Amino acid sequence: MSQDVHDGVRTHRTDPDRPPVAVEEPHTITGKEKAVFGGIALLGAIAWAMLAIVRGENVSAIWFVFAALCTYIIAFRFYARLIEYKVIRPRDTRATPAEELENGKDFMPTDRRVLFGHHFAAIAGAGPLVGPVLAAQMGYLPGTMWIIIGVVFAGAVQDYMVLHMSIRRRGRSLGQMARDELGPVGGTAAILGVLTIMLILIAVLGIVIIGALAESPWGVFSIAMTIPIALFMGVYLRYLRPGAVTEVSVIGVVLLLASIVAGGWVNNHPTLSETFTLSPGTLAWLLIAYGFAAAVLPVWLLLAPRDYLSTFMKVGTIALLALGILAARPTVQMPAVTQFAHTDNGPAFAGSLFPFLFITIACGALSGFHALISSGTTPKLIEKESQARMIGYGSMLVESFVAVMAMVAAVSIDQHTYFAMNATKALTGGTAESAAAYVNGLKLLNPAGMPIPPIDASVLNAAAESVGEKSIVSRTGGAPTLAFGMSDIMSVFGGESLKSFWYHFAVMFEALFILTTVDAGTRVARFMFSDALGNLPGLGKFKDPSWRVGAWIATFIVVAGWGSILVMGVHDPLGGIYTLFPLFGIANQLLAAIALTVVTTVLVKRGQAKWAWIPGLPLLWDLIVTMSASYQKIFSDNPKIGYFTQHDAFVAARDAGKVLPPAKSAADMDKVVFNTMVQGTLSVIFASLVLIVVLSAIVVCVKAIRSGGLPTSEAEDVPSQIFAPRSFLPTAAEKEVLAEWKAAGLEPTPTGRHA
Amino acid sequence: MAQAARDLRWWFRGVTGADAYERYAAHMARTHPGSPVLSERDFWRQKHADQDANPGARCC
Repeated sequence: MSQDVHDGVRTHRTDPDRPPVAVEEPHTITGKEKAVFGGIALLGAIAWAMLAIVRGENVSAIWFVFAALCTYIIAFRFYARLIEYKVIRPRDTRATPAEELENGKDFMPTDRRVLFGHHFAAIAGAGPLVGPVLAAQMGYLPGTMWIIIGVVFAGAVQDYMVLHMSIRRRGRSLGQMARDELGPVGGTAAILGVLTIMLILIAVLGIVIIGALAESPWGVFSIAMTIPIALFMGVYLRYLRPGAVTEVSVIGVVLLLASIVAGGWVNNHPTLSETFTLSPGTLAWLLIAYGFAAAVLPVWLLLAPRDYLSTFMKVGTIALLALGILAARPTVQMPAVTQFAHTDNGPAFAGSLFPFLFITIACGALSGFHALISSGTTPKLIEKESQARMIGYGSMLVESFVAVMAMVAAVSIDQHTYFAMNATKALTGGTAESAAAYVNGLKLLNPAGMPIPPIDASVLNAAAESVGEKSIVSRTGGAPTLAFGMSDIMSVFGGESLKSFWYHFAVMFEALFILTTVDAGTRVARFMFSDALGNLPGLGKFKDPSWRVGAWIATFIVVAGWGSILVMGVHDPLGGIYTLFPLFGIANQLLAAIALTVVTTVLVKRGQAKWAWIPGLPLLWDLIVTMSASYQKIFSDNPKIGYFTQHDAFVAARDAGKVLPPAKSAADMDKVVFNTMVQGTLSVIFASLVLIVVLSAIVVCVKAIRSGGLPTSEAEDVPSQIFAPRSFLPTAAEKEVLAEWKAAGLEPTPTGRHA
Repeated sequence: MAQAARDLRWWFRGVTGADAYERYAAHMARTHPGSPVLSERDFWRQKHADQDANPGARCC
């Protein structure tokens, strides 16, 4: 039942005796809004001009903040609104899964502002912090542009649309939606794709964190302490004070900070520092053992408490970093575009700007992994369909902002230091002296285009000492560089003397994210794997989640899958990050291709082919990027880029009894031969699975266009009984409806708070 | 000021999921009045058992 109220505002009721459950407002824009958004657009344009055109010798990091925030506001207000009106067309008279299936547990209408934070905490991880740091080798401009433009047209669109589609399907997962909408072949390829991609993601994140912890007793001690801290929290919550989550999280954070401080003491202790100095190989095996244990131990003991800690640290640290950047306003050291944007021999990762920049900055601009969150938990918590814009599109904008901050941290440290940290040992030689000679040889230029004076080893030694590390040479993987940049920025709070604290604080915060991803990812992959096994004849028992033996077997296989890639990566003579990070980026972007394919297909089936370009264009771009990157990784003649060319070169050399640098021995040669074969094969598998998904989607789309639309798996409408505003602040019309609910003496939603 | 602190606490508890039991109890009181309600301890046990059986993804 609809009613015109005034000025084009319409309200809708599903029950004539109750207040309205939906408000429709005219799309017109008022004079005041025009002035405000005009001002924001102008400020954004000035900031972009400062970054891209004016440049100059002293670019302040503050322009990154303005360029990003103003672009996000304009995109959220106009582009996301366009998608909402023309494509998504939310119907607030329809109950969301949270309302329809409310059970007080996983299905539960949740206040939109809380859910915004919850969804953000679930999508944000180490990815957006690491990718931009590596991409900084090409200069600040290309990476920053892709982070901001990519999120507006690709990443946020994907998250928003997948969330919407899943809301309409009772919170079904991406894999299930792929099967329902693309048919069994496309669906199976999508599920297999998700599973294999997950393994490479976990392995590469493992390499990232090992890069930060290897030979660092301070880091190893403080990260190791998170395990007893989490166990203590778990026991406290289970037996001492069930439900005292905030209390135990505060205790946990205090203990965490204490363990960072204690790490400094361990670092200076003659015997303890030796005990905690571990090689990358040892750390890899410890991480594998940890991953297996964490995935088979009960959730309450380790995973749940660490999740609380990591959410606490995530929201807190990101807010702190934003404040730090505003307070410190660092000056950018890196030029807008460096020599490595034009050549394909960058020290952090090989390959030219197109396509490799776009796969390196995976998470901050477009992350396929988010489709798993948007289609899993969040639809079961959202109050109204129209809130998907704020939750899906909005949270992704914040994630992009985190990536911009990581970029700022990376480009505001000294360039020589940046390249000494991010080039592999094969290039720097591993010592401060050889690394100084290497970076001097790069002939680096400052932002004004003038050569920067060469450094000697003492600069790198002093930098290492300032953060309490023995060496900062070849600390690849992005995490140490980010921590170094962050310690520089955060030293506005507490000065130089706290730099080593902030450095290890940042390492700890990244390690927490990564450990959470490692065990949650292992659990999810195990679950998917057992489910897939259960479909095979005779193995039906694997489908039963309470069958412990089956869970152990599946976990073992999953851990063996990522563990073998991890061990391979840390021992890779060419550098694990250098060889495997591209595969990680390609995998994540291919997952995005699967998600965008599913939503594009649904639009075509719904008869909205006219608007299919909105997810279709980013899909096309993503396919061009990932397929050309995969093509180069598989077929390139350049041994730095093509896995198989490199493989052949090393096989030929090995058979001739020669040792090719950077390999130092015959054993190294064998490793390279083996690794390049595995990496090449994985590239082929990923790309083929995605092509199968895309091809089956094309078949479905052609059928749908020929017959003017096809039925989709959308669930039936159930009338909604609740009301809540659609965005952060209620509009005037929404306030009137809320007042009607109050006058009727009814609660508009079961969430308790509403404004 | 006190109101702002309360709002922040409410928001943070919601984001971390600390308020899960209160919301469950409110849900039971509203939709199934009179039916038995799990104790706080049992509720959390149940919740963790559910998580064990059906893990949720976390992002990279």
